Amino acid sequence: MTAMLARDIADRRDSLQIRVRGRVQGVGFRPTVWRFAREYRLDGEVLNDGEGVLIRVSGPRGEIERLVERLRGEPPSLAAIEAIELSPFVGRLDEGFRIVESAAGEARTEISPDAGICAACAAEVRDPFSRRYRYPFTNCTHCGPRLTILRGIPYDRASTTMAPYPLCADCAAEYSEPADRRFHAEPIACHACGPKARLVRFDGRAVSYEQHSMLDDVDAAMSLIQKGEIVAIKALGGYQLACDATRAEAVARLRQLKRRDRKPFALMARDMDVIRKYCAVSSEEEQALRSAAAPIVLLDAPGPQYLPESVAPGMSTLGFMLPSTPLHVLLFRRMGRPVVMTSGNLSDEPQVTDDAQAAARLGTIAPFALIHDRDIANRVDDSVVRLTAGKVRVLRRARGHAPASIRLPRGFETAPQILAFGPEMKATFCLVKDGRALLSQHQGDLEDAATFDDYRKNLALFRDLFDHQPQALACDMHPEYVSGKLARERAQAQQLPLVEVQHHHAHIAACLAENGRPLNAPPVLGIALDGLGFGARTDMRGGGIWGGEFLLCDYRRFERLGTFKPVAMPGGAQASREPWRNLYAHLMAEMGWAQFAMNFGELEIFRALAGKPRATLDAIIKGGVNSPPASSCGRLFDAVAAALGICFERQAYEGEAAMRLEAMVCRKTMVEEGDELAYPLAIPNLKGSGLPYVEPVAMWNAILGDLVLRTPVGVMAARFHKGLANVLVAMALKLARRAGETGPRFETVALSGGCFHNRVLLEETTRRLEEKEFEVLTHAEVPAGDGGVALGQAAIAAAHCMD
Amino acid sequence: LAHGGGGKAMKDLIDDVFVSAFATDTPRALEDQARFDLAALAAHGDRLAFTTDSFVVDPLFFPGGDIGKLAVFGTVNDLAVGGAKPLYLSCAVVIEEGLKIEELRRVAQSMAAAARRAGVTIVTGDTKVVQRGACDKLFITTTGVGVIPAGVELAIGGIRPGDGILVNGLLGDHGAAILAARGDLALETEIESDCAPLHGLIDAVLKAAPATRTIRDATRGGIATVLNEMAEASGVAIEIDEAATPLREEVRGFCEILGLDPLYLANEGKIVLAVPPAEIQAALAAMRAHPLGACAMLVGHAHAGEQGRVTIQTAFGGKRIVDMLVGEQLPRIC
Ligand SMILES: [Fe+3]
Ligand SMILES: [Mg+2]
Ligand SMILES: [Zn+2]
Ligand SMILES: [Zn+2]
Repeated sequence: MTAMLARDIADRRDSLQIRVRGRVQGVGFRPTVWRFAREYRLDGEVLNDGEGVLIRVSGPRGEIERLVERLRGEPPSLAAIEAIELSPFVGRLDEGFRIVESAAGEARTEISPDAGICAACAAEVRDPFSRRYRYPFTNCTHCGPRLTILRGIPYDRASTTMAPYPLCADCAAEYSEPADRRFHAEPIACHACGPKARLVRFDGRAVSYEQHSMLDDVDAAMSLIQKGEIVAIKALGGYQLACDATRAEAVARLRQLKRRDRKPFALMARDMDVIRKYCAVSSEEEQALRSAAAPIVLLDAPGPQYLPESVAPGMSTLGFMLPSTPLHVLLFRRMGRPVVMTSGNLSDEPQVTDDAQAAARLGTIAPFALIHDRDIANRVDDSVVRLTAGKVRVLRRARGHAPASIRLPRGFETAPQILAFGPEMKATFCLVKDGRALLSQHQGDLEDAATFDDYRKNLALFRDLFDHQPQALACDMHPEYVSGKLARERAQAQQLPLVEVQHHHAHIAACLAENGRPLNAPPVLGIALDGLGFGARTDMRGGGIWGGEFLLCDYRRFERLGTFKPVAMPGGAQASREPWRNLYAHLMAEMGWAQFAMNFGELEIFRALAGKPRATLDAIIKGGVNSPPASSCGRLFDAVAAALGICFERQAYEGEAAMRLEAMVCRKTMVEEGDELAYPLAIPNLKGSGLPYVEPVAMWNAILGDLVLRTPVGVMAARFHKGLANVLVAMALKLARRAGETGPRFETVALSGGCFHNRVLLEETTRRLEEKEFEVLTHAEVPAGDGGVALGQAAIAAAHCMD
Repeated sequence: LAHGGGGKAMKDLIDDVFVSAFATDTPRALEDQARFDLAALAAHGDRLAFTTDSFVVDPLFFPGGDIGKLAVFGTVNDLAVGGAKPLYLSCAVVIEEGLKIEELRRVAQSMAAAARRAGVTIVTGDTKVVQRGACDKLFITTTGVGVIPAGVELAIGGIRPGDGILVNGLLGDHGAAILAARGDLALETEIESDCAPLHGLIDAVLKAAPATRTIRDATRGGIATVLNEMAEASGVAIEIDEAATPLREEVRGFCEILGLDPLYLANEGKIVLAVPPAEIQAALAAMRAHPLGACAMLVGHAHAGEQGRVTIQTAFGGKRIVDMLVGEQLPRIC
């Protein structure tokens, strides 16, 4: 009887409205609903609207519940469901189930990022009996290009760079068949109707017979790479330059021609087996490599085989990615060795996206190019991630991540629309709308004119894509950042309030936002360590240039509780390029030349520094001529690296000294050596302001002593990282105590700033803080470096606007 | 020198320093104002040019010049870049109490020598002594009157895409010399200020290249600032080529050590010119034939790009934005 009743209830016809929120548009969600609904013989309809996907369905209660379960369990691969809400539906539904054309106002906070080729498409291009055999632009609803081909709104074929390719009858049939995996997939194409790839010579001459392949031009391109040639490849978000990574001569030639002397090259390999010959790959790392975002994953490279040193000079890691477009999958079919796959540009310029530009800029580097006739609408660089402390951390957020949105924490639901212009280097910008943050892809260094043009183009594109009408703007306090100048100009022209955000406050706010820290949560201790940022002018306890800061903060305000020792940067920006300057400034601040000479005159670094124009340096430091004092952790890293003989003269790229110092760290020392040998850093109070600061004098004596003893560099690098982690924890403990109060001043510590891209530092600091029972917030989805600053600016501006 | 009431004797002493230095054959200096014969002025051209500038520099004396020379040539050049023939100057001096009378005398004599070299007459002036700390040693304000010949039409807003951007020589000497002199930077440098009167050179250029659009002296903020003002005013983009930017090896080395961008260093004898394509070569040749333009270069071009933007094509092939600085050169690298 009971069983019959239960069945009766399950059989009873019901009409429900199902609301699905999240990233559910443009990812094949409606056809998936359609397929399931037909399977369960439900009547009704599905449509996209301003809030996501709306399903109206009528049928047996049990079947409807099964439909919901299926959607939760087997959503389309690019979908990200945030909520499914059920409510009764009153109204008539026709028999059968249909997909309704979009209602007015598509959701305008969710556009899926470019996604790596799916398994089904990858199988098709390899299948000689498929009509897409070896077709390099194969894709479906579950994979393929998005932001890189998007010219405007709405997101349909006409507003992408696929517009010039009308669908052939076969493709059109797939496009309009709900049961097909290509139903409403905007960029689909085939040999018959889509763009084609071809091998050309940049000098305009014809590709000769022996440069051809029996198979096709894509295959021929790899043959050239295998023979040692450099080939330019028109990839998804920009041109790439490729050469055989196992040929030292080819790699050296690429470096020389590209004028990129030491910065590590990214690599691509056909499959995991090839990568494993060179790198240790954990399951999390493999998952990251295989993910739809298909980023460059920095992997430990302990062998068993080695690539030429010139691939990644001084690094203990290699940055690998897997082929993520059909073009790359096909290119790598016959290649069992890793290939250098670096951005197609000269030196520090942005990656080339335009065909004419490519011939002009890359023609001197690569004699051959594998090109095609689908335009790249937006430059989107490769993303870079690294596994640290058990989590995959995004170091550069670009292809596969942008323009996915980040939900802002509780309290930000009613935030007004905000546009944050970001920092200057490694710039991104950030939009706030509907309680979500849209962080742009990595733009690069805005002082470069072409990058700045791109940045402004992207500002306009995002404004249109997301129908964004900011009610307030945000930027960095630095008076000379070009992003800030643009923001000030726009604020004035459009009569909008402008929130100028302190750089390190923004770093910490980004970390809070990413970790879902609610708007009204109690303040945390933010430890922001980076190269440098403009100090708050209004703060009586500082001003000047900051870069190693302990801030008690929430989204609204911050109080600078502690800092690193302010040390002069003799020669300003030049000190950021030449580590020896920081070493000199540090040693002079701590002991002076006479004492250094007396005690450490036999050291190599003594001789090297003695050969520098010391009197001039002394004079500019003393006279304050372009030698601003900076409380910078990044410059401390540079100074220590220089002391250890790493990048003493010059860094070839930003962060090189610190990265190489980290790469030197001896693991055995990290694990086995006691903390008593970690370099000692004290915490006295600054004269005048009384601000507690990290004082490295004892560390310098220990380092110089270790140099006298010829201690291995790896051991010293380990002792430095440990010492630094220790002093951060000591500072946190000191600052947490409040005289005469019960309970600590804060229980949570947020770590941000570019120095926390350093794996050893992040792992050591996190572990030690957690041992002291602090809750530790770190970055994962958003870069700890300046790539995350825009998100922090946006959150802070939103908080201001809501008060 | 003592400040304030110091009495008539003191006042006379100071006035004497200047009056004797500037002594001219005419009795004009004894009147409360300079008086000009309009017909004589009109013989030079059809418009009067009138400018004023205050000069403060630390130290007062530096390799290649001093505050007095600067005050004369600075105002002469401000007239000259408008195409005017500089004729008369006034000179107002604010002196901090404690300045040595010998130093003041040196400055006055230097001004007189500069005026003679530039062919201008200092026709009126004033002196004040203020208490210690109320000014820094010595401030000089010079005002200049000149006449613009008929037909000379220079306008900063007149630059068109395709115009050549020229400079008359090596950049940054003055800024580097001042910095070197100021800080006792322990640099064995021979760099001297380029402080010089430029109307002769400008006259020569305008004869050879009469369609020249505009001329600016690249003083404070250097050529970077002037280029930004030009691009802004004319609604064009300007691109210069790093390889074509004339720099003394010593200044390059100086900037390298100090981490400064030479494009922002002050000059006191350098002009930036915008010249239409057809006259670029003539302008260059005319400058190179003049002693103050021997190292003249075509450094770049105006083009129809982003309005108001100045870029530099670097040796590595990139294009860097050369912005107007809000403050001092501040490091930006994070
Ligand atoms: Fe930063
Ligand atoms: Mg002036
Ligand atoms: Zn697919
Ligand atoms: Zn087709």
